[in-house]
Amino acid sequence: MTPDLHLWLIPLVPFAGFLVNGLLGRKAPRPFVTAIALIASLIPAIQVAVIVTKFGTLTLPYLEHHGAWIAAGAFHADFSFQLDQLTLVMLCVITGVGFLIHLYSVGYMAEEDGYWRFFAYMNLFLFFMLTLVLAENFLLMFVGWEGVGLASYLLIGFWFTRDSAANAGKKAFIVNRIGDFGFLIALFLLIAHFGSLSFGSVFAQIGARPDWQGGFLTAIALFLFLGAAGKSAQIPLYIWLPDAMEGPTPVSALIHAATMVTAGVYMVARTHLIYDRSPLALSVVAIIGVSTAFFAATIGILQTDIKRVLAYSTVSQLGYMFLACGVAAYSAGIFHLVTHAFFKALLFLAAGSIMHALSGEQDMRKMGGLRRKIPVTFWTMTAAVLAISGAPPLAGFVSKDEILYQAFISPNGGKVLWAVGLFTAGLTSFYMFRLWYLTFFGERRTAETLEEDRAAPVHARADTKLTLEADPHAHPVHESPWVMLIPLIILAILSVIGGWMGWPEGLGGSNWFAHFLSPAVNTVHLSYEQTTVALAAGTAATPTPAPAGDKQLEMLLALVSTAVAFFGWLFAHILYFAKPELPARLATRLHGAYTLIKNKYWVDEIYGALIVAPVLFLARWILGILIDRVVIDGGTLTAGYTAQGFGALIARIQSGNIRSYAGWLAFFAAILLLVSWFGLTTHFCLR
Amino acid sequence: MVPIAYYLVLSAILFSIGVAAFLIKRNIITVFMSIELMLNAVNLAFIAFSRQWSQITGHLQVNGQIFVFFVMVVAAAEAAVGLAIIIAVFRARNTLNIDSIDLMKL
Repeated sequence: MTPDLHLWLIPLVPFAGFLVNGLLGRKAPRPFVTAIALIASLIPAIQVAVIVTKFGTLTLPYLEHHGAWIAAGAFHADFSFQLDQLTLVMLCVITGVGFLIHLYSVGYMAEEDGYWRFFAYMNLFLFFMLTLVLAENFLLMFVGWEGVGLASYLLIGFWFTRDSAANAGKKAFIVNRIGDFGFLIALFLLIAHFGSLSFGSVFAQIGARPDWQGGFLTAIALFLFLGAAGKSAQIPLYIWLPDAMEGPTPVSALIHAATMVTAGVYMVARTHLIYDRSPLALSVVAIIGVSTAFFAATIGILQTDIKRVLAYSTVSQLGYMFLACGVAAYSAGIFHLVTHAFFKALLFLAAGSIMHALSGEQDMRKMGGLRRKIPVTFWTMTAAVLAISGAPPLAGFVSKDEILYQAFISPNGGKVLWAVGLFTAGLTSFYMFRLWYLTFFGERRTAETLEEDRAAPVHARADTKLTLEADPHAHPVHESPWVMLIPLIILAILSVIGGWMGWPEGLGGSNWFAHFLSPAVNTVHLSYEQTTVALAAGTAATPTPAPAGDKQLEMLLALVSTAVAFFGWLFAHILYFAKPELPARLATRLHGAYTLIKNKYWVDEIYGALIVAPVLFLARWILGILIDRVVIDGGTLTAGYTAQGFGALIARIQSGNIRSYAGWLAFFAAILLLVSWFGLTTHFCLR
Repeated sequence: MVPIAYYLVLSAILFSIGVAAFLIKRNIITVFMSIELMLNAVNLAFIAFSRQWSQITGHLQVNGQIFVFFVMVVAAAEAAVGLAIIIAVFRARNTLNIDSIDLMKL
């Protein structure tokens, strides 16, 4: 017997919170808004916790059907939800981390005018994100997919009076449109080939036809991946994520680190049956993933804005997840998704706490020496930095190691992927410790010591209200309130122990997480030869067992990656703690590389010149001037003026002079008379 | 017996005189009189046709004559209202020149 779980309540409760706060919040007192927002995010978390306790008794996948949505001939899409291991993991992350970040925001956003608006949007985001992961068909998933994009846009542009924030929101939205275009094409291909968008139906049809390899499945997989690359900020569509840091910091933590940007990884894992059939698509995913990881990590090295470092770090870590998916190690990718959600959310929240302490300062060059002033933030952030850098036995070490190991042994992967990933791990460690040292150690490099930088527009990007920005020292450096520190502490604990659920077998663990997830993302390696042989023999193809883990190899690789992470720390320690004058000298020595990386490889500029400028030219001059002004406006204006001119001509007849009216009347009556007379005569003559 | 064409020609001449006077004269009373002239030209045509029709059928046909009565009634009413308007206009504007009474012009 399967209990009724009422999955539909999970997304709808935050939606109700959105409606209440969105409609009534403007006038409502703040405690009311706070209560609604927290309850609306807590109830799904409790419900997910209840589901976790019942999970063992369920028959999976658990399906829930709530009526038809679209029925067009043979094609139909329903409001149906699905729960399996993969969904459960995502639900835990979204509701758990989501609630913690809601709690944190109560303290962080306390002084904001748009308090109610912020929480309404946050609840809206939860609604769409939960719809995305619970959906049982591609179309409902697409609804969630678009919806989180909308919530992301609204929250990036939360301070919409600031030009840069409004532009960042637009950029995120437009870049995501490119990815959504790919997603939509994939949906159309799925309808064309399978006549259905239901996961169950599509995957059953694929499973029934082992001879389908590559071909249209490659096309579907690649188009889906285009969507994933947009949402999850992969090359070439990663450019929106660093700009998305214009939003409030809790938004960066929830949407642009922990949940929404991982939707692409979730989608690839969810549709892994399609990817499994297409080695080409898998290779593309792996190569894009590892290059993004490396590329973004190099940019992260020289960023000075604390949130932008974290943003590039997020892009880089998402690259790792796609690397895992690309070598068909989906459970490793999802595992990294989970641990990343813990430590990256923590990093962002801690960064928010730092900015809170410094009245909105985001520039790391103006920080320093904060270790003793904000100790809780310091210690929690240290846990996160160690976790992301891959220090054993913290969460990041376990999951990243799993990915690198899978990349090493996978037949789809290769030693090159592993090597690049490994080097990136060193870079990660380096830039995270750079952030750590710059922020917490040394002397406070206050605005006085950097007086010449005051003119720089860093403050325009600061994360708090303008009134606070005007004077960065409005109040002394202070630790954040407890409502912000509790989420930090919980996430810090999770960052430390969160990885233990997937402790690798090579290091004496059982890798419980991978075993748990395997029914949902089990990777059946079927080579084309095997299937053709099996089809010829008329039997079902037997999958090759996944490559057996070589425990010694795993241990060795873990040692290597730990050593690399250690060297990353060592370099950061030398450059930013032991000899702080060294970075400037290195910058002049390696001037070319420094300029290249400092300017983020000019990717934004290149896109601007190659894509944005031609599109704007087309829009302004061809469409705007030629088509709109000349053809359309010209056409309608000509029609209007013609009628007007003709009317003016006719209007002269209506002179107001009675005798002229009478004259016209007599004139035309005479003509009528003549015409009818001669007309009749001809008529009679013809007779 | 006078042929019908004579009546019709006379009617046409009277009507044309009425039209010409309507177009040419500026005094509003003259214009008014020319309208009466046109109405009576039409009345003449009606009577002529009525008589002709009686002769053809052999019975007395009065349709046309009844029409003439209608026209006379309308003309009488028109004269009453029209003259009142003319007097009102003259009092207000102190002129009977039809070309200067064009307030309704667009």
